[in-house]
Amino acid sequence: MTRRAPDVIVIGGGLHGCSTALHLARRGIRALVIEKDHVGRHASGVNAGGVRRLGRHFAEIPLSVASMEIWHSIRDLVDDDCGFESHGQIKVAENEAEFETLRRRVEDVRALGFDHEELIDARELCELVPAISTHCIGAIVCRSDGAALPYRTTLAFKRKAEALGAEVIEGECVTKVARTGPIWRVMTQTGTYEAPIIVNAAGGWADRIAAQLGEQVPLQTIALMLMITAPMAPFIKPVMGATGRPLSFKQFPNGTVLIGGGYTGKAERDHNHTTLDFAKLALSARTVWDLFPVMRGAEIVRCWAGLEGRMPDDIPVIGPSATHENAYHAFGFSAHGFQLGPIVGAILAELIATGATNLPIAPFRIDRFRV
Amino acid sequence: MFQRLPDVAGEMVTITVDGTPVRAATGDTVAAALLAAGFDHCRTTPVSGAPRAPYCMMGVCFDCLITIDGVGNRQGCLVRVRDGMAVELQRGKREVGR
Amino acid sequence: MSAIDALRNEYDVAVIGAGPAGLAAASVAARAGLATVLLDEQGTPGGQIYRSITTTPLQSRAVLGADYWAGSPLVDELRASGAEYVPGATVWSLSREREIGVSIGGAARLIAARRVIIATGALERPFPIPGWTLPGVMTAGAAQIMLKSSGMTAGGRVILAGCGPLLWLLAWQYVNAGAKIAALLDTTSSANRRAALPHALSFLTSPYLLKGLRLLREVRRAVPVISNVIALKAEGEGRLRGVTYRTERGGDRMEPCDALLLHQGVVPNVNLAMSVEIEHRWDDVQLCWSPVLDGDFASSVEGIAIAGDGAGIAGAGAARERGRIAGFAAVRALRPEAAAQHVSAESAARQALAREQRGRAFLDLLYRPAPQFRQPSGDTIVCRCEEVTAQQIVDTVALGCTGPNQMKSFLRSGMGPCQGRLCGLTVTELIAQARGVSPQEVGYYRLRPPVKPITLGELAHLPKTEAAVKAVVRS
Repeated sequence: MTRRAPDVIVIGGGLHGCSTALHLARRGIRALVIEKDHVGRHASGVNAGGVRRLGRHFAEIPLSVASMEIWHSIRDLVDDDCGFESHGQIKVAENEAEFETLRRRVEDVRALGFDHEELIDARELCELVPAISTHCIGAIVCRSDGAALPYRTTLAFKRKAEALGAEVIEGECVTKVARTGPIWRVMTQTGTYEAPIIVNAAGGWADRIAAQLGEQVPLQTIALMLMITAPMAPFIKPVMGATGRPLSFKQFPNGTVLIGGGYTGKAERDHNHTTLDFAKLALSARTVWDLFPVMRGAEIVRCWAGLEGRMPDDIPVIGPSATHENAYHAFGFSAHGFQLGPIVGAILAELIATGATNLPIAPFRIDRFRV
Repeated sequence: MFQRLPDVAGEMVTITVDGTPVRAATGDTVAAALLAAGFDHCRTTPVSGAPRAPYCMMGVCFDCLITIDGVGNRQGCLVRVRDGMAVELQRGKREVGR
Repeated sequence: MSAIDALRNEYDVAVIGAGPAGLAAASVAARAGLATVLLDEQGTPGGQIYRSITTTPLQSRAVLGADYWAGSPLVDELRASGAEYVPGATVWSLSREREIGVSIGGAARLIAARRVIIATGALERPFPIPGWTLPGVMTAGAAQIMLKSSGMTAGGRVILAGCGPLLWLLAWQYVNAGAKIAALLDTTSSANRRAALPHALSFLTSPYLLKGLRLLREVRRAVPVISNVIALKAEGEGRLRGVTYRTERGGDRMEPCDALLLHQGVVPNVNLAMSVEIEHRWDDVQLCWSPVLDGDFASSVEGIAIAGDGAGIAGAGAARERGRIAGFAAVRALRPEAAAQHVSAESAARQALAREQRGRAFLDLLYRPAPQFRQPSGDTIVCRCEEVTAQQIVDTVALGCTGPNQMKSFLRSGMGPCQGRLCGLTVTELIAQARGVSPQEVGYYRLRPPVKPITLGELAHLPKTEAAVKAVVRS
C-alpha cells in the first residue's frame, strides 16, 4: 500500500505522542503515529486527570506553567474542552511538621520566580473545602489548577492532529528501529515505515525503543491504582492531595469521586496486564477515611491500574537522543505527565522544526542516567 | 404493583418508607415490599432524574438502589425487611455522608 | 464472633454461588474431606433457579412445579456434607492467586483458597426495547423471584413478552397460581423454527420435550398468545401504561398494561470470571461470552474452575452435574490418594450431564433472540446506569471508538454499578454491527474488581491476613 512518506514517525499513541503529532501538523510537518494498541489505551487514557502545577519538581515548573496556559484555552487547540475544569488543586498538611514542609516549599517556589503556589491556613482551607477533616491545619493551593478527562483529551489531540494532516495507525507494535543513512526504518509486525526523524513516545515501553538507539535507560513500568465511587451529591470542587501520604482525590461533575495517588499494583507490560493490590488500596481508602469523614459510607464501584513509565528521579526524559541525530524522546512521565502533554508536544515540534526550544529541558536529558 | 397470593404464609412486620408506615412480610426483601405496597418507583437516577423501579430482583441491575437505615445505595432486593427498618427513596445522586 | 471473622484465612476449596452447581460442587468437595466454603450473596441457598427453596411462603407445591422442588435434595446434600455454607457473603474480587475479597454485613476481608469453583450462574439477557427503563417493566425472572420468595404476583393487567423456556415457565406458574395474564407476546422468530428443525430429533429424546409440550399446551389454554412479534415498545411517561407491538403481518397494536415482564433467554454472568481475566470466547449460537474450559471445567487460570450456567447455558440439571465434576476434579488435585474412591461417582455425573445436554441445541436455536432485540436503535437506552442510547453508541463508533473500552471511556457506558451486566452484550453487538466485524473481534468491557460495589469503610478496614499474603506469594 503506497502512502506519502511522513516527515516524522512518532512511536506511541498516548497523549505525548498525539500532542507531538498535533504540534508538528500545526507547523506543516507530517507525522505518522504508530500505536501498538489504541490511542489512549494506557497511562494517557486511564490516569487521574489531574491538571496541576502544584507540587511539581522544580525542573518541571517552567514547562508546567507554560502547559497550564494551553489548558485554559484547550478548546482553541483541539476543538474540544476535554472536560477541563479549573477549581484549584490543594495539598493539605495534617500536622505541624507537614505544614512546615509546605511553608518552605512555597518559599522555594517563589524564590524561583513563580507565584502559583500559595500557603493557606486552616480557616481558609475549611472555607475552600468544608468536607476536609478538622485535623488538617493548612495547605498549599494553586487556584487555577484543575482536572480534565484523560481519554477524551487524548482522543481530542489525536483527532485534531489527523484533521491537520497527521496519520495515526493503531494495533501495530514497533519491533525494530534502525537507521540507514539519513532514513529511519521503523518496523512493526506487519509493515515497515520510513522517515528522516523519529520520536520515542512509547510510555511504559519507551526503554525498548531507546535501547534500539543504543541508549539504556532505567525505566520501570508501574501500575498505578485508582478507584471511583458511585455518584454522590456535589461536595467538593478542588482536586485534593496530601503531604504525608499519597492521595489524589477529586469529584467529577457527574458526582463520582476518584481516589488515587500513588499506590502501585503489579505491572506486566508484555501482556498489557495489571494486577490490583487490595491491601494497598485499603491504605488509599484509609487516607480518604481520615481526611474526608463524609466519604466513609461512599461506595467504590470500580478499581483499575494503568501502565506507566517511571524514571528513578521521578522526572521525564524530554529532548534529543544522545546517540543519534534526528531522534527525540518524550517518555517516563512518572505518574504526572498528563498536565504536561500539551506543552511537551509543542517542545518536541519546536526542537524538530528549529533545532532549539525556549523552555529549559536540560534537566530532562536522556544521558543523565549514564554512569 | 404486586399482590400477595391468598394462601401465602408469613409473619408481618412494619417498616417506614419516607416516614410512612408500610406492612411487609418477614421474608420480603425491601424491593419486594415496596412493589407490594404499590410504590411507583424507588429512586430517580443521578444522570437524568428519571424514575426507576426494581427491574431484575436478583442483584444485577442496580435499579433498586435505596437508602436503608441511613445508608444510601443499598440494593433493596438483597436486604430483607426488619421490623422498624427506615427506608428512604433515593433521589438523584446519593447524599454525601449517607 | 461475626460471620466475617468466623471465616478461615484459607480453605482447600472455595465455591462461589449456591445455585445447583455450587451446592453440588461444595457437597462433593466437603464429603471428600476437603476444607470447603460455599459463599453466596443471597440469604438462603438455591441460587436463582431454586430461589427461596427453603423459605418460600407458597403453600402449594403445584404452583412452582416439580422441577423447582428437585432442588431440595441438593440443599439437603449440602447440609449433610460438612461444607461451611456462608450466606449473605458478597464476593467482590478474585485474584489469579485465588485470593478472594468478600463482604458480609458491611465488613470485608481477604481469604485464600487452593482451588476456586466459580458457580455464579447466569442472568437474563438484556432486552433493550424503547421504554424498558420505565417503572412497571421488569424481567420475567424478577416476577418469578417475587413469586418464589414472597408469594406475590404482578397485579393489574400483566403482559409477558419475549421468548425462551423461562418465559413459558413463568406463564405456567402464574396460571397454576390463578394469576391472570392478559397476553404473551412471543418474539420467537419464524426463521428460528426452520433453523432449529435439524436438531428436533435429538430434542425428541431429551428430558425437556414432554415437559415442554405439556407446559406450552396448558399456557396456551389460559393465556392469549401472539406469535411472531417483531417489534416492542413500552409506552408511558414516568410509568408503564402499555406496550405497542408489531407482528410479522404488520401493523402496530397498543395494549394497555400495568406490568410488562420481559425475557429473551439467559446468559452467563461473566463479571467475576472476566475480572480474573479468564479466557472467554464469543458463542455465536447462544450470542454471549462463554469461558474456555477443559473437560473438568478448569479455566485458563490455574486452580479456578467454572461450573453451572456460568460455563455456558445448559440448565439446572446440567449445572448440578458440572458442579459435581468440578468438585471431583478439585478432589483429584488436592487429595489424589482418595481419587480412586470417586471414579464411579464422577463417571455417573458425566453420563448424567450428557443426558441433560440432549436437546439443548434445539432450544438454543429455536429461542435465539432476533437481532432487532439485541441491537436497538435511536433513543433506546442501552446502558441503563448511565442512560446512554443506541444512537450515541453508533455515533461514537464513527468518531473512532472502535471497542467497548473506548466506548466506556468516552460515553461512560458500562461505568455504572452494574458493570455492564445489562449493557455489555448490547454494546459489543452494536459495535460489531456498526463496524461489520464479529463480536469476537470487538471484544467486551475490560472488567476489574470490585465486581460488586464495596464501601470505602469496608476497604479502609480490610484486615491483612498472613495467609492471604502467603497465598499471593505461593501462586
